[in-house]
Amino acid sequence: MDAAIVRTDYRGIALRVVGIVAALAVVVWLVLVIADDGLELFLSQLMNGIGDGVVYASLALALVLIFKTTGILNFAQGEMALFSTYVFWKIAGWPIPVWVAIVITLALSFIGGALIERVIIRPVEQSSPLVIVIVTIGLFLAFNALAQLFFGVDVHALPRFYRFEQWDLGPLTLKSDTLVLVIVLAVECLVLYLLLQKTKVGLGLRTVASNPESAKLVGISVGNMLMFGWALAAAIGALAGILIIPLTPGLNAGSMQAVLVFAFAAAALGGFDSVIGAVVAGLIVGVANALTTQYIDFLDGIELVVPFGLILGVLLVRPQGLFGSKRVERV
Amino acid sequence: MKNRLLIARVLTAVFWGAILVFLLSYPMNNGESDVRLYAQAIYFGIAAMGLNLLTGFNGQISIGHGAFFGIGAFTSAILVQEHGWSFLATVPVAAVLALAVGVVVGFPALRVKGLYLALVTLGLAVVFPDIINKYFVDDGSGQISVRPRYLRAPSWWPSNADAPDQYAFYLALICALLLLGAAFLLIRSRFGRSLIAVRDHEAAAATVGINPAMAKLGAFGISALYAGVAGSLSVLVIGTAEANKATTFNYSIQFLVAVVVGGAATLFGPLVGGYFVVMVQDQVEKFVSSPDKLGPISIPSFLEDFFRGKEIVSPALFGIVLILMMYVMPDGLVGFTKRMYNRIWDARGKARTETPAPVLN
Repeated sequence: MDAAIVRTDYRGIALRVVGIVAALAVVVWLVLVIADDGLELFLSQLMNGIGDGVVYASLALALVLIFKTTGILNFAQGEMALFSTYVFWKIAGWPIPVWVAIVITLALSFIGGALIERVIIRPVEQSSPLVIVIVTIGLFLAFNALAQLFFGVDVHALPRFYRFEQWDLGPLTLKSDTLVLVIVLAVECLVLYLLLQKTKVGLGLRTVASNPESAKLVGISVGNMLMFGWALAAAIGALAGILIIPLTPGLNAGSMQAVLVFAFAAAALGGFDSVIGAVVAGLIVGVANALTTQYIDFLDGIELVVPFGLILGVLLVRPQGLFGSKRVERV
Repeated sequence: MKNRLLIARVLTAVFWGAILVFLLSYPMNNGESDVRLYAQAIYFGIAAMGLNLLTGFNGQISIGHGAFFGIGAFTSAILVQEHGWSFLATVPVAAVLALAVGVVVGFPALRVKGLYLALVTLGLAVVFPDIINKYFVDDGSGQISVRPRYLRAPSWWPSNADAPDQYAFYLALICALLLLGAAFLLIRSRFGRSLIAVRDHEAAAATVGINPAMAKLGAFGISALYAGVAGSLSVLVIGTAEANKATTFNYSIQFLVAVVVGGAATLFGPLVGGYFVVMVQDQVEKFVSSPDKLGPISIPSFLEDFFRGKEIVSPALFGIVLILMMYVMPDGLVGFTKRMYNRIWDARGKARTETPAPVLN
């Protein structure tokens, strides 16, 4: 063991104090706001926030999955999801049950994701991160334009595939939208957890993520694992798209860009290499956005300041994100 | 060995000298739209040069330079259109303002690194249009147009090149040359070397007495200044300052593309990259609007019908060109040329003595 010099980290303590004070201030503010405008409004905004947050969380999950296995931040994630959603819109027009359409879309996205990794990303995998960033930006542009080319530039309405209902539970009004989103995310997380922690494929994925060289030495096909990671991420992104679009005015080429920005914020907030972080941070971003938009008037028109102010604040205190793992550097 | 470097220097100097002569004579022999297009390529190159100082030489990725570009553009547009300043006087103001904001934005970079930093800068690019729309543009259009007569050449400008497009072109070119010289000196200065040291190994750089915080903040500020000047010039060239959801983000990405395509951490790379980005986009757009031939190659008629009128294809084509570029020349156009030059020398039997890469464990 190397000898370590232990020093009191005054700056760290100061930052922590600032963080705690900020958190307390937020709580006080919320109490005041609830006392002012009533609990009902607050709860309905909270529900909206959770609904949005779940979608940000699922796209952030896809980003994190790719980042964990390949170290790539996939700029094209949102547009891949957009493309998948267009495919779903096409397939949903066929005379088949909607859940079959969903399964087909997810399967196609899975295959598509694997193909993208194998054909487009693999050749530059060894290059500098900058080169890879540019390639995913190229994908971003290409997918966005191809979606418009193949599916037209009009806005397509995509109906909900479940019944819209709302239940009054005291001051709380629960919409089926929120419920469906939360359940899907929970199932998604559970499946991911089981897959990553309890199966051999998941073990391989984690090995590749933590050390590709050693993974190779123990006989894991790194290439296949990376392909699998991309495929999984594409399917998760597709699911996020299918869920969110029915709640928006309709499907068009710009649909996923705002979502992607929030998902980026969530991924950074949670720490790029943490699945749990992506989920928690997605919810935080969603709720913070809904509440501040409702209650703070001067943010009207510049709502996006909230998620980014949030990630800036958190990253200043914890540069590795809320749940990310810290990197130790050797000289 | 020395020979080879010398010849490379001479070749480079001759090449860029020829380019400079070509550029100087360009506005005299070409129509207004072409001149404006080239001026656009030049200010793109300036912004990319600045981003290259940050990303290429200091290793910090920013996807927010569209915002600094926008700060420059709106500073000039507002001062000229609403306060009656002469355009030239607004350029230094735009530069200083961008520098100041750049240093402020650079502060998170002292703690936040890599992708996290990229995300913080992305936030800047996303929030910037909203802030502009809310506080600086009244009609919500996200743009300020400047009356062409405010953008005319001043009276002392040589009268044989004082058409508005020629004025814009030459002014952009002069700025580009000055900033290129500044970048050249900067890279060779103590400060420039410290940027590179911090990029390569921050902890090691700190142990030899470099202050990484100074290096990082300085890099951020200077690169923002370049972007600000570029934005300011853009008002002169295209007559408007614009900031909406798409443009600021697109600019940010295009600058990054220009840096990487031209060659990160090279002096001339970003200028080449800026030219590439503007020209390829222009070519792709022209191709889509009349798809009968692609450069000298004529296109079969069934493909022609497929592409006709589908402007939407142009970003797709641009994206595909980008990906292909990265396959063929991952070290950018300038890096690729250097590599080819060395290969030609090696093919003549002068095998290079390679320094083996350090073994990392």
